[in-house]
Amino acid sequence: MEKRVTFSKWRIGILFAVPQLLLIFTFFYWPAGQAVYWSLTLQQPWGGGNIWVGLDNFRSILSNADYWNSITASLVFAGISTGLAMFIALVLAALTDRQLAGSWLYRVVLIWPYGIAAPALALAFRFILAPEAGFMAVVNHFWPGVWDPGLDGADAMASIIVAFSWKYVGYNFIFFLAAFQAIPRSLIEAAAMDGSGVIRRFWDIQLPLITPTIFFLLVINITESFQDSFGIVDIMTAGGPANATNLMVYKIYSDGFKGLDYSGAAAQSIILMILIVALTIVQFRFIERRVHYR
Amino acid sequence: MTIIKRGLTALAAGAFGAALAVPAFAEPVKFDFWFGLSGDLARVVDTLCKNFNASQSDYEVVCTSQGNYDATLQNTIAAFRAGKQPTVVQVYDVGTATMMLSGAYKPADKLMEENGYKIDYADYFPGIARYYATSKGEMLSFPFNSSTPLMYWNKDAFAKIGKTEAPKTWEDVGADLKALKDAGYDCPMAINISANESWQLMEQFSALHNQPIATKNNGYDGLDAQLEVNKTKFVQYVTDLKKWYDAGLIKIKSKDLGQDMVQAFATGTCQVILTSVGDHGTVGRTQKEGMNWDVAELPVYAGTQRMNSLVGGASLWVLSGKSDAEYKGAAAFLNFIHDPKTALFWSTNTGYIPVTKSGFEYMKSQGFYDKAPYKGREVAIASLTASEPNEITRGIRLGNFTQIRAEFGTQMQAIFANKVSVQEGLDNLVKNGDAILARFQQTYPGKTLP
Repeated sequence: MEKRVTFSKWRIGILFAVPQLLLIFTFFYWPAGQAVYWSLTLQQPWGGGNIWVGLDNFRSILSNADYWNSITASLVFAGISTGLAMFIALVLAALTDRQLAGSWLYRVVLIWPYGIAAPALALAFRFILAPEAGFMAVVNHFWPGVWDPGLDGADAMASIIVAFSWKYVGYNFIFFLAAFQAIPRSLIEAAAMDGSGVIRRFWDIQLPLITPTIFFLLVINITESFQDSFGIVDIMTAGGPANATNLMVYKIYSDGFKGLDYSGAAAQSIILMILIVALTIVQFRFIERRVHYR
Repeated sequence: MTIIKRGLTALAAGAFGAALAVPAFAEPVKFDFWFGLSGDLARVVDTLCKNFNASQSDYEVVCTSQGNYDATLQNTIAAFRAGKQPTVVQVYDVGTATMMLSGAYKPADKLMEENGYKIDYADYFPGIARYYATSKGEMLSFPFNSSTPLMYWNKDAFAKIGKTEAPKTWEDVGADLKALKDAGYDCPMAINISANESWQLMEQFSALHNQPIATKNNGYDGLDAQLEVNKTKFVQYVTDLKKWYDAGLIKIKSKDLGQDMVQAFATGTCQVILTSVGDHGTVGRTQKEGMNWDVAELPVYAGTQRMNSLVGGASLWVLSGKSDAEYKGAAAFLNFIHDPKTALFWSTNTGYIPVTKSGFEYMKSQGFYDKAPYKGREVAIASLTASEPNEITRGIRLGNFTQIRAEFGTQMQAIFANKVSVQEGLDNLVKNGDAILARFQQTYPGKTLP
């Protein structure tokens, strides 16, 4: 049963909510409103004036093949990196939860990647995955030309997915581990006494019991993969080669700040916002049904 | 809190002022200068600023690096919209069209005239002055750090194939690269194909061969210019580069892949590169011990009447909305930078070239170009002054050119990855570039370039 905390006097509730609402308004609704306004006009970068163009910005973006390519790239990136980051974290957390030797160490170490700023992480991965100088140089030594993120779009996409997933494995790990540890030991012990093995217990007891966490991380990971990918793309590929890694958030940056097309960038960020909201709604409507809250 | 602090400071200042009655010295007028260089170059700019501040006591320039050219322009725009813009700002070459339409600047020539400085504009190398001047020849900004591309070639490698001189035509380059490959060199020539290389591969090539990049004289005559690089000699050039790449004569080198082309040349891995004279110092400092190398003008196709190359780099803009005192300071600062002695200091400590004839003469008279580390840089001046700039070779004046350069990188990558043919790629470049230009024109309805 759901519990609701209610105030007897609604005014007190509003009073408590005001500071929060004010913050949200200043830092979210106001800039978002500004972005909507900009997306409906053509802004001169230096502030010399603007013209109302209605939905022209959206029309020109949505009729641009490069933009659709950017949406596809973002979806591919979001799908694969979320899957990878969550799967690896889940396995690691399940193993750590089993109190294997040295699990206290993993518990500390595995969160670290999340603490590294995206650009620093991207620099490290740029070196690791460099086809001529890094670890991948060894691969290229045996199979010349196999790994070439400079010209091969798929390789470049793989690079940024690896870097992003690596960062989020740490984040997901902590949540998964906490969820596993919140499962009463008695349940697992009871199952063990009934003769079920490790895998059986994982599928039938642990996994169903952590579905709320899985769902939460799914929403967070997908949202973050649309937004937090910027630093990695900027350092590792700058959107190339031939736009293969030009994710939506990076295109907003390059069109808006490098190209000084503020209106086009504003329109793109509105589309990105709508896409993320839509994806989140879909997840809540269709996936949350399978989540069992305790 | 800040209000209280300010109030207290004001009170204290008032009391202090009253106690002293009349200050003995006027505080120097402070003004801001934002620039886009970083690392070693930023330190040189800082020294330049210190030298200016030490040279007189009326003004004090506060120099702040914004990291890179893009960030400098973005931050300046944000500051301008908030009314907190610096007095002087360094804007890169391709930002010139955007600046000219911004209405946010004070014309540099007017500023100097109002403050009683006589600048001999004919003293600037025409190739440099006309890049930044209006179509009527007025200087709205002052050229600052300037460079032009050169061909760097490894003398040792060329000696192995019996050559003592750099190839002058692209036909010779093709033959030499083949010979180098046959002589066992794995990477005869290195290029990169990102947005940055639009400069040496497309823009400079077109100027040297007297080929337009865009209609309306490369955009100088109107915002309705359209790209036309898909039907000039540039098509043949890209075709040849691709052919050489496929034959293994050219390798792509970029820092994303592990080694950029300057490093590849300095370590002796690759034997020829095309890059800015600004890298002359870096190659000299980081080269493999004992390697013999030199620079030459970029090659042209056989039978081409060689034209001047274009200047690259940035110029100094004075922004509007500042006080007269600050403008006086800015004028003094620009005058200081214009001085031939500053040119010598600047070129010695960076790889940039002098922008005025008098600066160049002064440096020559000081024996700058005779000494080992700087010898060869005079080739850049020869390249810039190969001809009197004409309507096409004076420069490029296209809106949002940064985005067009990005499109260049995208399409070159598509071409080299065999996703599209050379002609298809260049057609796409023109199509997408024209959309960028049309959008720029739409943003500035009824405005024309000065």
